[in-house]
Amino acid sequence: MRDALIQAVIEVAKTDDRIWLLTGDLGYSVLEPLRDAIGCRFINAGIAEQNMTGVAAGLALAGKIVFTYSIANFPTLRCLEQIRNDVCYHNLPVKIVAVGGGLAYGSLGYTHHAVEDIAIMRSLPNMTVLAPGDPNEAKSCLRHAINCPGPTYVRLGKAGEQAIHSSIPDRIDTPIEVLSGRDITVLATGGGLSVAFQACKKLTAEGVSPRLLSVPCLHPIDLTGLCGPIVTVEDHGIGGLGSIVAEHVALTHVDAIVKCVRLHGTPTSLTGSMSQLQNAGGLSEETVIAAVNGLLSRRKYLNVA
Amino acid sequence: MINSVDLARTARLHAVKMVHRAKASHIGSALSMIDILAVLYSGILDTQPGRDDRDRIIVSKGHAAVGLYAILAETGFFPVEELDSYGQPGSRLLGHVSHHVPGVEVSTGSLGHGMPIACGLALAIKQCVVCIVGDGELNEGTTWESALFAGKHSLTNLTVIVDHNRLQGYGDVDEILGLGSISKKFAQFGWSTVEIDGHNHDQIRNALATNQTRPNLIIAHTVKGKGVDFMEGSLDWHYKSPNTEELANACRQLEAA
Ligand SMILES: Cc1ncc(C[n+]2csc(CCOP(=O)(O)OP(=O)(O)O)c2C)c(N)n1
Ligand SMILES: [Mg+2]
Repeated sequence: MRDALIQAVIEVAKTDDRIWLLTGDLGYSVLEPLRDAIGCRFINAGIAEQNMTGVAAGLALAGKIVFTYSIANFPTLRCLEQIRNDVCYHNLPVKIVAVGGGLAYGSLGYTHHAVEDIAIMRSLPNMTVLAPGDPNEAKSCLRHAINCPGPTYVRLGKAGEQAIHSSIPDRIDTPIEVLSGRDITVLATGGGLSVAFQACKKLTAEGVSPRLLSVPCLHPIDLTGLCGPIVTVEDHGIGGLGSIVAEHVALTHVDAIVKCVRLHGTPTSLTGSMSQLQNAGGLSEETVIAAVNGLLSRRKYLNVA
Repeated sequence: MINSVDLARTARLHAVKMVHRAKASHIGSALSMIDILAVLYSGILDTQPGRDDRDRIIVSKGHAAVGLYAILAETGFFPVEELDSYGQPGSRLLGHVSHHVPGVEVSTGSLGHGMPIACGLALAIKQCVVCIVGDGELNEGTTWESALFAGKHSLTNLTVIVDHNRLQGYGDVDEILGLGSISKKFAQFGWSTVEIDGHNHDQIRNALATNQTRPNLIIAHTVKGKGVDFMEGSLDWHYKSPNTEELANACRQLEAA
């Protein structure tokens, strides 16, 4: 996913000299081709994310489109006020890229788990929040990030994610249908997509007909028409996709019932791979299947489609 | 008093084995600071857990966790066998320094958090507070904010040790932001400073023993990957994990040291 995005940045940056990239001392064995392609528009700003983000704002004020690149929470939470005041308030085209969204950095521990980032980023003014769920979505997200005039947050996994889409989606500004189905809508984002995809395949084999929508663009979002029984799936805690859908239901008064499959939010103090920690945190194929079956059994008693 | 040279050698051996088994990164960073830790934990400080009047050590460069875990196990904070669990599911020995491990004061891993916490501790207690930071880590604004704070509040019980190995995450410390004279900068902020060979145990001990009337900065000139020739001074070993042959080679060198 990371490599897909970097490749896409290189392609655009070759012909668009407004594009700069600042890294917070990360990108070893990843960013070299980009560095070679854009020369002095590539800067290692050092381990100094607040300054990096402020500098990005300054460059953007002068007409540049500036990527800031780091891992986990370093390009977001570490420099949150620079993002809020300098980038978002001034509505500048700074494109924040974080590698290692969710629990991708598994055993590196709590400091490297980005599980509050979506909630925090989507609450900022003018911010577009993107969380691709596969390498093809990552490419599409990059295109979207460059085209949208303001601040953008791109939350990536790491490397080696399974491709869910067979080609690059044309648009990501509305949810993308991955599987069609008539019983229930499953919405998934980021690292939740592959979990939801596997779960839906199992459900289909069991005779349930889930519709799976991928939501790479979390904010702003148009969920018009979304109703009925809904399950959300994400590698994030409070304030992410589940909250977004619950807000949609609360604000539009559509007939819907929502169950959220998300990380329960207790910081982990033990070692584990991404999927082990997801499981321990409440995100697994089983929890998705249980949520779907739970809603379908309740639907009989509820007056929803 | 523990023999710090033996302790450092044993800890280096543990560290290379741990990152090999776990296929983990940051071995260069751990080998770089193990001599400093070995002296700190050889008995010159009183770090007995549970006692309110203990001295405190904060390893701010949390990515070098294997070095700290090896030293803590060897000095009796938890069983040495537990080091084998590093990287295994369910282990509390996380990839970055974790306060769930006995002997660890604070969790770190996001750089630039240790010095401010150390200032707070030093303000609150009379005992020694020692904080180890990376030289790349000095890039962070918090370094200079806490340097000002410590100077203003005359935190004489605070010692910050810079593991000055001249490499950071994506290149040379001198090239990325060019730190210039760390000594002169901190002296300007009201600190007393000393530069030492960060692998010479006598020099480390002496630097720690000096009584100061200002906050203390020890600039420890170190070699990233110290003790394993093919890791020394190489950025690759910030990321790579030794394979079986590399591990055997590394152990041979460390055992002979
Ligand atoms: C706030 C923050 N930004 C970036 C990183 C990623 N990172 C981990 S180690 C490292 C380089 C550290 O260099 P240095 O402080 O010199 O330590 P060394 O490994 O050389 O001892 C970086 C950039 C981080 N852990 N925290
Ligand atoms: Mg260094």
